[in-house]
This record gives sequence, C-alpha cells and structure tokens, in this order.
Amino acid sequence: MNTKVKTLALVLVASTALAACGQKKVDNIPPTADGTDYGNGGQTIPDSNDGRILPGSQEDFLATVGMNGDRVFFDTDKFNIDAADQATLQAQAQWLAQYPNKRILIEGHCDERGTRDYNLALGERRANAAKNYLASLGIDASRISTVSHGKEKPAATGSNPEAWALNRRAVTITIM
Amino acid sequence: MLRKIMLSLLLSTLPVGAAVAQTTPAPQPAADEVDEVVRFDVAEVRKVAVPAFVSPTSTNTIAGNTDALARQIAEVISANLRNSGLFEPIGPAGLRAITLAEVTAPQFDYWQGRNADQLIEGFIRAGADGNLTVGCYLYDLGTSQEVTRLGFIVPPREWRRAAHKCADAIYSKLTGEMPFFDSRIAYIAESGPKNRRVKRLAIMDSDGANHRFLTSGATTALTPRFSPNYKSILYLSYEDGNPRIYVYDLESGRQRLITASKNPTFAPRWSPDGKTILYSMAVGGNTDVYKISVEGGTPVRLTTAPGIDVGGSFSPDGSRIVFESDRGGNQQIYVMNADGSNQKRISFGAGRHATPEWSPRGDLIAFTRIAGDFRVGVMSPDGSGERMLTDSWQDEAPTWAPNGRVIQFFRTEKNSGKTSIWQVDLTGRNERKLPTVGDGSDPAWGPVLP
Repeated sequence: MNTKVKTLALVLVASTALAACGQKKVDNIPPTADGTDYGNGGQTIPDSNDGRILPGSQEDFLATVGMNGDRVFFDTDKFNIDAADQATLQAQAQWLAQYPNKRILIEGHCDERGTRDYNLALGERRANAAKNYLASLGIDASRISTVSHGKEKPAATGSNPEAWALNRRAVTITIM
Repeated sequence: MLRKIMLSLLLSTLPVGAAVAQTTPAPQPAADEVDEVVRFDVAEVRKVAVPAFVSPTSTNTIAGNTDALARQIAEVISANLRNSGLFEPIGPAGLRAITLAEVTAPQFDYWQGRNADQLIEGFIRAGADGNLTVGCYLYDLGTSQEVTRLGFIVPPREWRRAAHKCADAIYSKLTGEMPFFDSRIAYIAESGPKNRRVKRLAIMDSDGANHRFLTSGATTALTPRFSPNYKSILYLSYEDGNPRIYVYDLESGRQRLITASKNPTFAPRWSPDGKTILYSMAVGGNTDVYKISVEGGTPVRLTTAPGIDVGGSFSPDGSRIVFESDRGGNQQIYVMNADGSNQKRISFGAGRHATPEWSPRGDLIAFTRIAGDFRVGVMSPDGSGERMLTDSWQDEAPTWAPNGRVIQFFRTEKNSGKTSIWQVDLTGRNERKLPTVGDGSDPAWGPVLP
C-alpha cells in the first residue's frame, strides 16, 4: 500500500511536469492539511503575481517538483530513501542547484501509530535521511536544516493505512 | 501552606468539644499504630458514610462561607474515595447534618443503621488570623471505635488540600497503601482539529480542580514533568521552531533551555532527588539518552547504540534508568545503571514496548505495548510478570500516582484524534476518565504534597 502511494506520487510528478495540469485531483489522496507543511500534496499549485510564478520562490519550487514532489514517503518505522524517494529528491536537487542562494528546511513526520517521543526521534531520522541524500547529490549540507514534528502535524487526518502512508513523510520547504 | 496539628489540643479551644476532647487520648504517630491498620483486599469495596462537616461559627472567607465549605470538604473527601474505586461513599447528599459534639462522640447506633462500614465526621472553623482549621475523624462502625483523627490549618484558598489530606489518611488507614490524593498533575491541554491541534502546558490538582494554563498555545507544548518539589516543570516546546526542553519556573513564569546545544532535545525526566535531568537528544538524526545537572554543565551521554535510544525514567533510588531502544530491530524496554553501564533488554513479550515509567515504589515498570492497538501494562524491573491494564484503540504514556497503585495515561480516539486522560488501578479495574478543560494528553503525576 505504501509502494502504491509512492508510485502514484511519481506518476503525478511526471504528469504535472509534462502537462502542467496540477488541478487534476486524485480521489484516493486526502487533501493536505493547510498550515502544516506548506506542501502541495493533492492541491492545485497556487497562482501568484497575476498568474506568473517568481523564479526561485516556494511556488516555483512546488511547480517545478510537481505534485507531491516536495516530499518523500516512508514505510512503517523505516527511514531509508528508496528508488522512488531518490527520484523525488533528485528533482529537488536540480531546482536547488539552479538557485544556489536558497536554503531549505526538511520536516520529518510520522504516522499516529507510534508513541510520541519515539516519533520525534523517528522524524529526526527521516528528515536527516532526506538531507543526507540531497547532500550526496552535491547540495551543500549547510543549506539544509531539519526539524522533526513526530506525529504532531498529520497531512492526512484519517486513522487508516492510506492516511498513515501519507503521513510518514519528509517534506522540503524552501526558505529565504 | 498546609500545617498539620494535633486535634486533642485543637478541640480544647472549642467551646462545645472541649469536654469531649479532654477525655480523648492524643493521636499517636501512624508508625505506632501499624497493628490498628484495617487491611483489606482492593477488590472489596467499603461503604463509608460522609455527612457534611460542621461549621460551629459561620464565617465568611475568601473561599466562601465556612457553612458552604463544611459541605464541600465532605464532597471532596467523598469524591476522592469514590474515584479510587475502593470505596462506596454515602453522602454528604442525603445524610442528616451533625452537631459539633457528634464529631468526637458519634451516634454509632444511628450510623450503623445507614448500611455503612465506616463513618467520617469533621469540622471547619476560621481562626482570627484568617486561616481555616479543619479536623476530620474516622470511625469504624463495626467496632464503634475511632480509627484515626487529623487536624490541619490552611489558608482558605487551599481548603481543598485539607479535604485531600483527610481522604488520604482515611485511604491509607483502610487500604494499607500510601496516600496519593493530595498531589498535582501537569498535562497538555489540547483543542482544535487533528491537523491544527493547539497544545498548551497546563496543571491541575489530582482530582482536576484548580486548573491553570501555563502557556498560550501559540507554540506546541509536549511531555511535561513536575519537579519533585513542584517548583518547576520540564517540558518540550517548539518555541524557537525546534523541539527543545525547557525548565518552566512556576513562581516566576519564566523558562530556560536545559542545554546550550542547538540539537533537538525531548523526553525530559527528573531524577528522584530533582538534581539531574534525563533527556533524549538527536544529533545528525541519531537519538541517544543523556543526563545533565539541573544547574547546567556538561551533559553525560548514556547510550551509544546506532538505533533510537529514547525516553526513560529513573528508579526511585536513582541508581538505575529504564529507557526504550530499537537497537534490536524495534522498540523494546532496556534497563541500565545511572552511569549508562550494564544495558540490558527486559521486554520480550509480543509486540513493541515503549514509554517505560518506573513506579515510585520501585516494584514495577509501566509501559505502552504496541501490538496493533496501544495498551498500557506493567512488568517487573526484570521484565517478568508482564500484564495489560487497559484495552482500547490507543492508550499511551503511563504516569504513576505517587503511591504506585494507580496509573494515568492518555487515550486517543480513532479518526478524530481527540485525546483524554484516564486513570486505572493496578488491578486493571476502576478505569475512569479525568475531568479536564477540553482534551488532554501527556499526563505527569507529581508526588504527594508535604
């Protein structure tokens, strides 16, 4: 089930990148919580500046990496970066290489089916796993900060395996 | 501040009780009365009659009139005993008023006809200095004998503490267990939708009274712990954007970080003497357990395993620490010496084991078991005798009553994410939800107040 989410995310990355049809909704992805991770999961990419997106902005980052391209997903209790995650992070790295003055914050998150303190530690691992992979692609580690939110900020609010799969994530947010 | 007094002396200053008090021997220290303690199985429920206390001189105080307080004190005692699950109190509602003379010379015939095993009577009066004097007496209706008596002087705003102390003394006398009602709880008050939860540091008495928010909710607060002297609280705050442990000073309302490190710190615990802080810190994504003096200084790293080592609590003598680690593949409970040596896994039952909390009596470790659902259970410090106390979708994070007989934890509802604080005793019976202002999680029970 988790693999399915990742595959879906990849397909969406491809389709948004090619067709720029970010409005296309997928029924089995619950809407992203607003105000939590500022991601674009399942949402349309916001228009700004009269429909033009400022190069190097968060909107530009989200438009470039595509639907769910700002986040990688993890299996239960795991923090390894698999092939799907690598593709996502490679797209992020390309954007970061284009805007070398931009810094990012990676948020590590867990599903609700873990205890609070352990999830804070696991969120740290996930955020750092994503950071380390970006660093291995040549992104200067000093540009990347991390924070764990444990299970405190779910993106999907259901209590079911689909929601939990969406919540086990590391989300990249551009800053400055 | 609450002060304990000798009741025989006290009653001699009262006009009505004077004659009676002089014929009554002074109470002996509890230690000398061990053979008088009525012990019984916790499964047995005792019926206790609690008529309203007597207010011989109606006096207005900042906490209300003594006539009203006399009834409220009986209500608090009655509620404490009922909520412990070991008593079936009768009254004060539905019971007749008593006279001051009856407090020291009860009408045993009358109360024996009320289908009760024990009788609690008492009085309250305001002194010239504005403080309240509260006396309470416990009688056994089977033998028509006095079991114990206690007297307290309290400022009016702390009247509930006198009621808690009375209930504690009666609970101890009748069960043989240590007291726990006169204690406080720190917890996280929750509100709002699941994806935008507001989490505030809050404190309350053990029965939910005297509730107070300590933080505004602008930033997320988690996992509080009262210091052993109740002067400060360790907790996690996202105040600077990162999860970090602060010490909140209750008197000044000020807080400070426990370490100068920029790394995230979480899962704070006090040592039993309040001099050391146990915590977890993630460095480059790897979390280990550390300790540091409450005065600051250099932290001591206690674990070095490549897995997640997190949480933990001290044994009551401070010599050992129980913590959790996934070094063996998934979350399990380990015990080590307080210097980090001799780390040994103790949990081997089905599922994952997390959030270990050492009982203040030292005999048990409470934990969360994750095997599909989350349940709260206990095991011996050597890992034997594992048993579950709760059965729900998600029960988490046990904290011990100061007497090591009762456990609180929080329960999360499926889908809504709503949380509530619950209490259960060591038999797994007498489970009940605590009254909190809104939702509540991460309860932390402090010691019995002096």
